[in-house]
Amino acid sequence: MNANPERFNMRLNIRDGRVDMTHGSGGRAMAQLIDDLFVKYLDNHLLRQANDQASFEVNAGRMVMSTDSHVISPLFFPGGDIGSLSVHGTVNDVAMSGARPLYLSAGFILEEGFALADLERIVASMGEAANQAGVPVVTGDTKVVEKGKGDGVFINTTGIGVVPDGVNISGELARPGDVILVSGTIGDHGVAIMSSRENLTFETTIESDSAALHTLVANMVDAVPAIHCLRDPTRGGLATTLNELAQQSAVGMSLQESRIPINPSVSAACELLGLDPLYVANEGKLICICAADDAEHLLQVMRAHPLGQHAAIIGEVVDDRHGFVQMQTGFGGKRVVDWLAGEQLPRIC
Amino acid sequence: MKYVDEFRRHDLAQQLAAAIQREANPQRQYQLMEFCGGHTHAIFRYGVQDLMPDNVNFVHGPGCPVCVLPIARLDHAMRLLHDHDVILCTYGDLLRVPASGRNSLLKVKADGADVRMVYSTQDALNIARDNPDREVVFFAIGFETTTPPTAVAIRQAHVEGLKNFSVFCNHVLTPAAIQNILESPELRGMGSVSIDGFFGPSHVSSIIGSRPYEFFAEEFQKPVVIAGFEPLDVMQSALMLIRQLNQGRHEVENEYTRVVTRDGNRKAQTLVADVMELRRSFEWRGLGLVPYSALQIKQDYAAFDAEKRFTVPVIDATDIKGCECPRILRGVKRPTDCKLFGKVCTPENPMGSCMVSSEGACAAYWSYGRFRQTEPVQEMQA
Repeated sequence: MNANPERFNMRLNIRDGRVDMTHGSGGRAMAQLIDDLFVKYLDNHLLRQANDQASFEVNAGRMVMSTDSHVISPLFFPGGDIGSLSVHGTVNDVAMSGARPLYLSAGFILEEGFALADLERIVASMGEAANQAGVPVVTGDTKVVEKGKGDGVFINTTGIGVVPDGVNISGELARPGDVILVSGTIGDHGVAIMSSRENLTFETTIESDSAALHTLVANMVDAVPAIHCLRDPTRGGLATTLNELAQQSAVGMSLQESRIPINPSVSAACELLGLDPLYVANEGKLICICAADDAEHLLQVMRAHPLGQHAAIIGEVVDDRHGFVQMQTGFGGKRVVDWLAGEQLPRIC
Repeated sequence: MKYVDEFRRHDLAQQLAAAIQREANPQRQYQLMEFCGGHTHAIFRYGVQDLMPDNVNFVHGPGCPVCVLPIARLDHAMRLLHDHDVILCTYGDLLRVPASGRNSLLKVKADGADVRMVYSTQDALNIARDNPDREVVFFAIGFETTTPPTAVAIRQAHVEGLKNFSVFCNHVLTPAAIQNILESPELRGMGSVSIDGFFGPSHVSSIIGSRPYEFFAEEFQKPVVIAGFEPLDVMQSALMLIRQLNQGRHEVENEYTRVVTRDGNRKAQTLVADVMELRRSFEWRGLGLVPYSALQIKQDYAAFDAEKRFTVPVIDATDIKGCECPRILRGVKRPTDCKLFGKVCTPENPMGSCMVSSEGACAAYWSYGRFRQTEPVQEMQA
């Protein structure tokens, strides 16, 4: 983000103004948008270098890198917005390797006509999220597309981080006998989003769980460096993420439904809509798989962190060449917890 | 949630399981058909079969609105989109159902057709109000439960004088379908298939009441127990059916008394009768043409009938070769009897309608129950 050092004659009309094609043209209008909006809220010494790239020193070691594009509707939802979500999402993807996230980049695709006031809210929220996480946005890009060719705003963020020595966390490392933990209640984000969609008027106080999980991960990795797998169950929910891990590690899983933490209002909303909370998205939860001997200690460490208060052991990894994730239901029967097929849709009857 | 959780209690399930074990006669089989996809879903989602003795079997019926919709009706909807450029509003379940030529509403949507997923008929009305220069068609499907909201929407459009709203009506009737199954050659002929009793639908019965089942309970001498959709409802109803069979009774009993009455919801019935009337005959996937088994929009409301408003050429629909959905819907075959099941037909790539809806027997078998076809894995300590 190249901040233009010159002053501008007219102040950016954030209150009533809208994004127009000149904001992406590379001229003064774009420079002003960057200065008055992006740099203002995302400010840090690397961003202020004002080059086409951010330049920084790194220590020797293993680095990780991850990218995520955010194309959500609605842009603002209870408990967050696309700005904070785009920070949390990528910080979490980096952290799921056990890494300490260092820096973020941000690419904005803005639709012509998008209200600058909304853009300001989003960028301010992004700045606040990055600040709280201690992971600055150090470089960025803005493009504008014609009206009708975007959906308000799309944000891509990329993050890099460094993995502490001796930590090796990966999706293929789950072994039979390992224990599966989850860091808290599931389904909150998806239900918050669904309840705020315009065509689904559904009053609820459920807030998204959107949060940066890297400090929780840091505590966990400190306590048990030999964690096998970490993953955040975003799209497709807990069920789909466990199936991914089972497939990657060529193992099966056995869950206890009664141990899976679910916020009662999320259960109630899912009940009304005919959805299964196991398949509903999360943005501030993680799944951890570790050796059985480490599980109890890790659970205590997780519960001691504000984002892991409701952590629970929900099942174990088993030997199964079919790779099924199975669940003992609270009712007393057994079922497969399958991959999500297509989109989860409310039932008709 | 307290209200719902009470119908899923593990301890009560164990007590009912013990009672069923005690009362089911080990010398005979109990073939119990759950007509409704809602029951099929509950049975699999909660693992109810695991709590039943081996000689008590659930036979899955055709009560899944998406599953019984014939391909020709889907093709008809495609023509509305293609030939008349309408906005087609539909419940989400329909989007992935395969039509002729491996087409689906999801695919034509990707190709640019204006298909909108809605959660209620009111959403469809709103879309019509917001797009006065476009024709908006609501793709109405479902049993007696979803019919009253469609009738309300038509009346509302009539009162408001909405000129661009119409309904493609595919509402079907439960009693006619049950009767058709009982009259099918597989059941009446050599007795290769037997159904000993029925779980009656819960939501449907809240509208139509329990009275409509009395005729065929008597005529075909099969007990019917109207059952709620919660797993404890299913188990309690199974016990009631087993008792009737043991005592040689064939009555209509109501387990779902917290909702269903003998006469049903009279207000909803009157509303539907004002707007809709019986069709002479309607095609069901699996059952073929079934007389007086569906509803059409009355002449008084013809302006809101998409079938009258838009001309569509005669459609020659083709079913997928090898797909056993028709027999599965009649309870004659199980999903695992189908050669396509789990091989080329999965929820990701459904060949037949029973693999699409979560209420379809194939989808339930595949998504919740396919470990049953393989060796058991080690258990976790509870």
